[in-house]
Amino acid sequence: MASDEHPSLSAPLDGRMNGDHGAEVIRICDLHKTYKMGDIEVQALRGINITIRRSEFVAVMGASGSGKSTIMNILGCLDRPTTGAYFLEGQDVSALSSDEWAHIRNRKIGFVFQGFNLLNRTSAVENVELPMMYNGFHSKERRQRAWEVLKLVGLEERSHHLPNQLSGGQQQRVAIARSLVNRPSLILADEPTGNLDTKTSVEIMELFQDLNMKEGITIVLVTHEPDIARYAQRQIVFRDGLIISDTRNH
Amino acid sequence: MLFMAFRIALRALARNKLRSFLTMLGIIIGVGAVIAMVAIGEGAKKRVQEQIASLGTNLLVILPGTVTLGGARTGSGGRQTLVASDARAIMREIPVVAGASPVVRQVQQVIAGDQNWSTPVQGVAPEFQQIREWQVQEGRFISQADIENTAKVALIGQTVAYNLFGDNDPIGAVIRIKKIPFHVIGILGAKGQSGNGTDQDDVVMVPYTTMMKLVMGVTYIQQIIVAAVSADTTQEANNQIASLLRQRHKLRAGVDDDFMIRNLSDIAEAASNSATVMAMLLGSIASVSLLVGGIGIMNIMLVSVTERTREIGIRMAVGARSRDIMLQFIVEAVVMAASGGVIGILVGIGSSNLIKYLAELPTLIRPEIIAISFLVAGAVGVFFGFYPAKKAANLDPIDALRYE
Repeated sequence: MASDEHPSLSAPLDGRMNGDHGAEVIRICDLHKTYKMGDIEVQALRGINITIRRSEFVAVMGASGSGKSTIMNILGCLDRPTTGAYFLEGQDVSALSSDEWAHIRNRKIGFVFQGFNLLNRTSAVENVELPMMYNGFHSKERRQRAWEVLKLVGLEERSHHLPNQLSGGQQQRVAIARSLVNRPSLILADEPTGNLDTKTSVEIMELFQDLNMKEGITIVLVTHEPDIARYAQRQIVFRDGLIISDTRNH
Repeated sequence: MLFMAFRIALRALARNKLRSFLTMLGIIIGVGAVIAMVAIGEGAKKRVQEQIASLGTNLLVILPGTVTLGGARTGSGGRQTLVASDARAIMREIPVVAGASPVVRQVQQVIAGDQNWSTPVQGVAPEFQQIREWQVQEGRFISQADIENTAKVALIGQTVAYNLFGDNDPIGAVIRIKKIPFHVIGILGAKGQSGNGTDQDDVVMVPYTTMMKLVMGVTYIQQIIVAAVSADTTQEANNQIASLLRQRHKLRAGVDDDFMIRNLSDIAEAASNSATVMAMLLGSIASVSLLVGGIGIMNIMLVSVTERTREIGIRMAVGARSRDIMLQFIVEAVVMAASGGVIGILVGIGSSNLIKYLAELPTLIRPEIIAISFLVAGAVGVFFGFYPAKKAANLDPIDALRYE
């Protein structure tokens, strides 16, 4: 099992994330991605450069087909760029094997999806434990840490509920807890409010803001809603595979 | 990791109890059939072996060699080289020999009162009864004292008893052989016909010493019948008897044996081999159902992989490697196959006992068959779980996460 760097339990959750404020988490250089659909080549990304520093909260925006999902998949080590380099915490990850990618997804990236993607018929706490199943934690330690992050998202009282016994907002909190449990360098949230009503969306976005500000967690959020993007400090807008604007709140 | 995969598998199987059970049923029937069929085959084999043993696979018959007189060869037993002390020496000096008895026989007219009957009269030692496993129905067999005293006592076979005495009790009666009166001391149990149709119950037995001195007036014996301690040691007994007799008969190297030794072990081997073939045939027919069970597992695992595509995507997104996914599904298949195997073993044992009592067929369950069936069931799980697991492990996480 990959278990090279177990953060100890006693370390505060934000220890690693807040450590050196401003260090580069993501650097992308001249990234291209071309899909072949039959005979037609689709240029999803046409030369992207992004640098995201530690503790930034970035919203990636754009219409469907703008390339924002493609960049998410590449950032999440789920898809390879056609050309260009992707450095995650200084490491060029575009050349790694799929097992090494699995390791990086496990230790450095936390995913939050639009559809929550929790395991059915599996309790909240066990869903949160899932990433730790793949890095050799003992079951006691897993349970302990799952509790900690469930508490952080305010769901410790519902830890033994099954996903279908939880509201959409609560399910998304479980998913956020799951993304946090291995103390990743980066959280990738793909339309996390897409399936939620406005009130719950606000709660979830406030939770992200909290995690970003209090815990110093780096968050990259994909959304097509400007209202949601406003919660981030920085908005990057994609169109036709290119970045057309990159602005910060003041 | 393996333990965790095991837990995940148990949970996944528990979610679809009926489906898991029906899938397992293929293996249960397969393993159960293998165990029951092999038990029947082995039982039949054992019965055949016992029947052959009752014919006397551990028996050896020593006959004098042939002799050539003026160009004409006598048949086997033509020479007069075997003596009673050879039989005693074989008994005394060869440990794998359970018993040896001299045999001298001659057909005689036996008279009892106003009845008479022509029958083979056979001179034997007390060991003869044990060697041929011949029951005494009434009275007693020839004793060592009878041998030493050249006692005029006789046992009569069932056929003789019927023909000379009808319904009267022959014990204590007197029969005459060559005008010599013999007291009947026992009636032999029924032995039926021999392999070549001879009525084995048409016989009179007397001490061999009495037979040699008083009836036939000879100093040699016609054969020695020997029982080895078991069928396996027959050949060893054969070799040792040969060298002992050569030594006793003072035969120099290069001189032919003046005796012949015959045994039935070749027949026993052939019969036992054919029983083994039958056991294997039954076993391999049953194995086909195990194969079908395995295909059932593969089928259900493929369905399961498709159904759980999204779960696989989630697991991959949070850091499961291909081999973790692979392990999970293989373990699931193996758990299904192995638990089917365990239940199948119980079913197999139960049904072979049922067959034993209801159909009155002999069955024999050997522990190694149980162990092998269990291992084969597990191997079926690995083999038929491999392809679905590989399919799961090769899924693209992006597609898997998007799968509805």
